[in-house]
Amino acid sequence: MESDKPAPPSTRRIAIDPVTRVEGHGKITLLIDDNNHIVEARFHIVEFRGFEKFIQGRPYWEVPFLVQRLCGICPVSHQLAAAKAVDQIAGSRELTPTATKLRRLLHFGQMLQSHALHFFHLSSPDFLFGFGGDPKLRNIAGVLEQFPEIALQGVKLRKYGQSIIEVITGKRIHGTGTVPGGMNKSVTAIERDTLLAGIGDILQWSQDAVALNEHIHTAHPEHRDFGTLPSHYLSMTGTRGELEFYHGGLRARAADGSDIFDQFDYCGYQQILKEEVRSWSYLKFPYFSALGTALGWYRVGPLARINNCDRIITPRAEAARWRFKACGFGGPVHDTLAYHWARMIELLHCAESIHTLLHDPDITGTDLLADKDHRRPQGIGVIEAPRGTLFHHYHVNDEGLVTQANLIVSTTSNNQAMNESVRVVANRYLNGHEITATLLNHLEVAVRAYDPCLSCATHALGKMPLQVTLQHIDGAVIHQLTKKADGVIQ
Amino acid sequence: MIAGTNTIYIDGQEIPFTPGQTVMDAALAASVYIPHLCHYPGLPPSGNCRLCMVETGGRNVAACIAQAAAGQEIRNNTPELNAARMAITQMLFVEGNHICPSCEKTGNCKLQAMAYHLGMLDQHFSQFYQHRDIDASHPDIALDRSRCILCDLCVRASRDIDRKNVFAIAGRGIDAHLIVNSASGKLADTPIAATDLAATICPVGAILIKEQGYRVPIGQRIYDRRTICETGLQEHIAQQRRDQ
Ligand code: SF4
Repeated sequence: MESDKPAPPSTRRIAIDPVTRVEGHGKITLLIDDNNHIVEARFHIVEFRGFEKFIQGRPYWEVPFLVQRLCGICPVSHQLAAAKAVDQIAGSRELTPTATKLRRLLHFGQMLQSHALHFFHLSSPDFLFGFGGDPKLRNIAGVLEQFPEIALQGVKLRKYGQSIIEVITGKRIHGTGTVPGGMNKSVTAIERDTLLAGIGDILQWSQDAVALNEHIHTAHPEHRDFGTLPSHYLSMTGTRGELEFYHGGLRARAADGSDIFDQFDYCGYQQILKEEVRSWSYLKFPYFSALGTALGWYRVGPLARINNCDRIITPRAEAARWRFKACGFGGPVHDTLAYHWARMIELLHCAESIHTLLHDPDITGTDLLADKDHRRPQGIGVIEAPRGTLFHHYHVNDEGLVTQANLIVSTTSNNQAMNESVRVVANRYLNGHEITATLLNHLEVAVRAYDPCLSCATHALGKMPLQVTLQHIDGAVIHQLTKKADGVIQ
Repeated sequence: MIAGTNTIYIDGQEIPFTPGQTVMDAALAASVYIPHLCHYPGLPPSGNCRLCMVETGGRNVAACIAQAAAGQEIRNNTPELNAARMAITQMLFVEGNHICPSCEKTGNCKLQAMAYHLGMLDQHFSQFYQHRDIDASHPDIALDRSRCILCDLCVRASRDIDRKNVFAIAGRGIDAHLIVNSASGKLADTPIAATDLAATICPVGAILIKEQGYRVPIGQRIYDRRTICETGLQEHIAQQRRDQ
């Protein structure tokens, strides 16, 4: 795989812009040769955020609340990943049971609301109306009209997850909560009881959502091989190989299900992961360094996690996992659309785990802060965010100011996989030289399976060139301005 | 209205004063709030922020430095004065980097509370995007100059209460900036301590005790529970108790 490869001379460029119902904004370019074969698909990331740069110079205890602004969908994931890094920097010893369980509860609430949002609001229209369904209907408003019960369940599931976030962080979105070495408050008995009153429905609706997705996936053969992509998978797992979102070791499995590494301490992530920069995207391309750029790309997120784990500790989700696993015939499930099914198994696991935690007396405890040792010059926090493994890495100076930051967000890890899925689907559905509505719909569905969050993924202030072109509708270039990597504008 | 001895009238309300008292102190003693950021009971006034401008005798004066005079009629809570106060607050916001969403002072910040009090919905003016250095050299205290509103409170607190004279404002007009009185210009080389009034008096997030941010949960922060009018009056009462 060569980076910055120019399009071959005999290829035509077909661009589809924008991809709707993705968090953020995207643009797809297909490069086809004379034989109408798509040689490369590029899912362009044209947004630009710059978080890694403007964190520099800020006090380290401020970072979780700066970086949570990366995203309006999964701010809690960023706050928690940064908080774990900040715990290390502050020299915190092991967190108290109350603090750990509050963070876990918060994280489950976040996963629940994000997964509910993705399936019910963003993806269910594709499945309930079909990929080629009338675009006027194929949206959340259409679902509300034709399948009001399902739509309402989605809304209420999301609301419940947000209620948990609000109880723990003080706000549904962009609250506080974490402090170096712990949490700033626990849950009151009244708050706990209010949440407990709603958990029965949440469990049932989550179970129904798994059943619906299982049915959709297994009853439609065209879903099974839609954009199916044998790939490696990366996720965190617990010490006994169980599904784990908050803290564990890294596990990578190859397309055939064999281990690439297991229980790898995430603080050494730079030994196993590298990132490639390509000129046409603001998103980097991470890969397993041992396998190189061509073979080392991998997938993260629900599909990776359900494929990689050996068990789920909550019974209903575990039963659902076994039915999922059967689709892989002994190996990983590579169906790209199985992301949705896996996502709903995780939704059920969240509901069950929330139920368990709400009965745990520790969440109303008062022991919120861990003891501290000496401050450390760097911290690395990794969690499983809704969209996949999320890495936050910060260096600080003696005064406690951040000198360097590196974030690898989930959508970045899925970057190559999204391009590959687009290529596979496009080759199958492209007919002649025409971009049809059907092709466009199918490409969107392929991208959407990954639930890409472009606002998160484009956090890095890159040094790459920018080109601005003013073009007449007949194709003539009127003016062009290029900023080179060294900042020179031509 | 007949001017009584040692009485002023603020928006028609009769307010007693003692000779030598400022309009601000007389108002606060009578539980009448005049918006302010740089006034702090127990410290000499500086007239810096101009939020306490009131109208008397056809002129605008700063209530924190104007001496109360018998029979004086003063307008305070008027649409015109509040509009001017909002414009000043908006200017303070754009002149510094007051990014409330991620600032650790949010919920405890007087500038933010003032914006809410005045009904400020946007910044109106263009953001300066200035870059001023952070001084985090002190083990317990950080100074983020990009948030300083030059209220001069830390200067007065350090000089008049802590007796350490750690801070000063250098330059004039647009070039005015907060400096630290040490050979290196760094806080680490001053005698300031986290328990000093100067270390805790900052109305915004410019002087901070390190690693304390975000410890108070949302819902329990100062301005989650009270308005800036209430805290303004309470600060005055607390000082009166100290004086007794
Ligand atoms: S640092 Fe704070 S207290 Fe000192 S002048 Fe600036 S805003 Fe006022």
